[in-house]
Amino acid sequence: MKNNPSGNYKYVGSQLNGLVLLRVLIGWHFLYEGVSKLINPYWSSAAYLLDSKWIFSSLAKTIVSNPTLLGISDFVNMWGLTLVGATLILGLFSRYSALVGMGFVLLYYLFAPPFLGLEYSRPGEGSYIIVNKNLIEACALWVLYAFPTGHVIGLDRFFAKSEPN
Amino acid sequence: MSENNNMERRELLKGLATVPVFGLFLVNLWQKMRRDAIKKSNILSNLVQENSAPAVIKGLSDSRHLNIGIIGYGGRGSHLIRGAGFATKGWTDTAANNAKNNKLDKQFETYMTQEDLNCSLIGVCDLFDVRANQGLDASKNKIRPGEKPRSTATRYLHYTELLANDEIDAVIVATPDHWHARIATDAAKAGKHVYCEKGLTRTFDEAIALHDIVKETGITFQLGHQNRQVEANEKAKQIIRQGLLGKVNLVELATNRNSPWGAWVWNIHPKGNVKTIDWDTFQEPSPNKFPFGEEALKRFFRWRCWFDYGTGLSGDLLSHDFDAINQIMDLGIPKYASSTGGIYFYKDGRDVPDVWNATFEYPDKDLTVLYSATLSSNEPRGNRIMGHDATMQMGGQSGGGSIHGFIVTADSESTQYKERLEKGIINTKYPIYTYSPGSKQIDGVTSATSRYFANKGLLYTYREGKRVDPTHLHIKDWLDSIRGGSQPKCNIDVALHEAVACHMATESYLQGRRIEWDPKKRALV
Repeated sequence: MKNNPSGNYKYVGSQLNGLVLLRVLIGWHFLYEGVSKLINPYWSSAAYLLDSKWIFSSLAKTIVSNPTLLGISDFVNMWGLTLVGATLILGLFSRYSALVGMGFVLLYYLFAPPFLGLEYSRPGEGSYIIVNKNLIEACALWVLYAFPTGHVIGLDRFFAKSEPN
Repeated sequence: MSENNNMERRELLKGLATVPVFGLFLVNLWQKMRRDAIKKSNILSNLVQENSAPAVIKGLSDSRHLNIGIIGYGGRGSHLIRGAGFATKGWTDTAANNAKNNKLDKQFETYMTQEDLNCSLIGVCDLFDVRANQGLDASKNKIRPGEKPRSTATRYLHYTELLANDEIDAVIVATPDHWHARIATDAAKAGKHVYCEKGLTRTFDEAIALHDIVKETGITFQLGHQNRQVEANEKAKQIIRQGLLGKVNLVELATNRNSPWGAWVWNIHPKGNVKTIDWDTFQEPSPNKFPFGEEALKRFFRWRCWFDYGTGLSGDLLSHDFDAINQIMDLGIPKYASSTGGIYFYKDGRDVPDVWNATFEYPDKDLTVLYSATLSSNEPRGNRIMGHDATMQMGGQSGGGSIHGFIVTADSESTQYKERLEKGIINTKYPIYTYSPGSKQIDGVTSATSRYFANKGLLYTYREGKRVDPTHLHIKDWLDSIRGGSQPKCNIDVALHEAVACHMATESYLQGRRIEWDPKKRALV
């Protein structure tokens, strides 16, 4: 693997396959998270925000108490997740979408981090202390940002200026 | 040339390599949505969206300005008067402040956005000076929904003086229960329309007599069961009418409270003394008399704890649940009632039970209604309507996860849903119908007791997605009925059902035997 002059990486087979697989799987996860909210007329980010602890809890309360802000939050979540998911799967603007996706999961992490002493009313689906799946997914997206693959396998290929491998 | 073509093809394939994954996703999504749609259409035949609660009819209030008087401006009385659009300066200041400090506290907003009911509060009667003055204060407060008050109230020391004021069209009776019958009867005879708090009366005989006098005089009478305005109850009624629960043989109603406040151990007002309280008038209709002193003060401020003034759990809390189930299922008066209980936790000198269970039998409907209450456990049981095909859980822990919602869950041995259960379209683990109004709106209902009422739908309801206080809607229903000459939702006929059922249960406890209702003689046997 080496950096060519345009900033695009060249990978050996297993590296490429692993990274593309990771990108597609995370994309799938985001896409369904987004679409399932879009098709559910009763979904709202309010329940998650209300249960927020730590540094963002008062911001979360502000959002929930203001219908306009809550509307924006719902909209951004539904469409943001959907778009990030679709573009990760398709490999379109995949570096940016990895970055935006990282922002999303990092925010979910920070709004409700699994720290000692923070109790949540929503039941968790696993056992976590400090590290949870949101944090891991954020890290995985960071990896995808650092090692982009859209220009090799993905629609970004058609926009790539240099000769990919 | 062909090598170039190959190169281009390879280029294209690599660029589009993950597009099939996207396609796979869409296929799966489509399949899931179709499955969900089939499930939905198989579950409760489009009931979900079709029938929404009646819209709030505006404009009726404009037709005629009404002057109202309040008799008994205590905790409940002041809430009712807020429902009419008058709150004390102290209340509006506190509520506005609460809203400032807690953005989720919508009490002030809900009050200020309620409809102006085109009425004036012109008479206040309370036997405690402090409360009477608060009532006067409320009549003057400019912070209210609508324009500033047209006129301010006059205080009357005795309710008969208030009733003698010809300018008063209608009175709200929110005294302790032992005064209800006499005041409401005199008001009806004086041609005033009456809104009377529940329980209707302290005794069975009073209930029958009051029913007849209201019928004779033709006044517009509303009993204070604001649940009649709650959207969830109307939805529940539709579902049961459609037979979606199957045959219902058992209904379970429950009250759980676990605080001194919830058990009516209310504060004795520091300004309450022989000079500020008209104690003799207060106890005039009660069977046992006490001289003014410490015991009298307790009885004045905590009157719900004694049979001298009310009927304890029966008239105070069972009455709410009974009326709600009567609203949902049109039950009427039961044939038999029996009840047992005791004073097991609050051994503070009260004579009403703090744990009390009552059963009501409807042989003609093949139905038992079970009521169970404790004042020493906050376990949220909620109310359950149990049918052969499905169970409806209202409020409580699994009340749709939200305030005054309900869920319907299919029964594993259901006949109606047998096929769908076998096919896996319906799963008994998940509700087949969930009603959670305002699920997109967030309320800051704080105390356990207010949550208790909210779960029962007594604090807030939703109309066209907007949060409204059902007490306001109930007052509005009464005032609109006065103007339009129609019958309000909790009129004297349904009020009598509640009153007789509750008195049957109370009498059973007091007499230690099963009580039977004789509809021909209109008597308890």
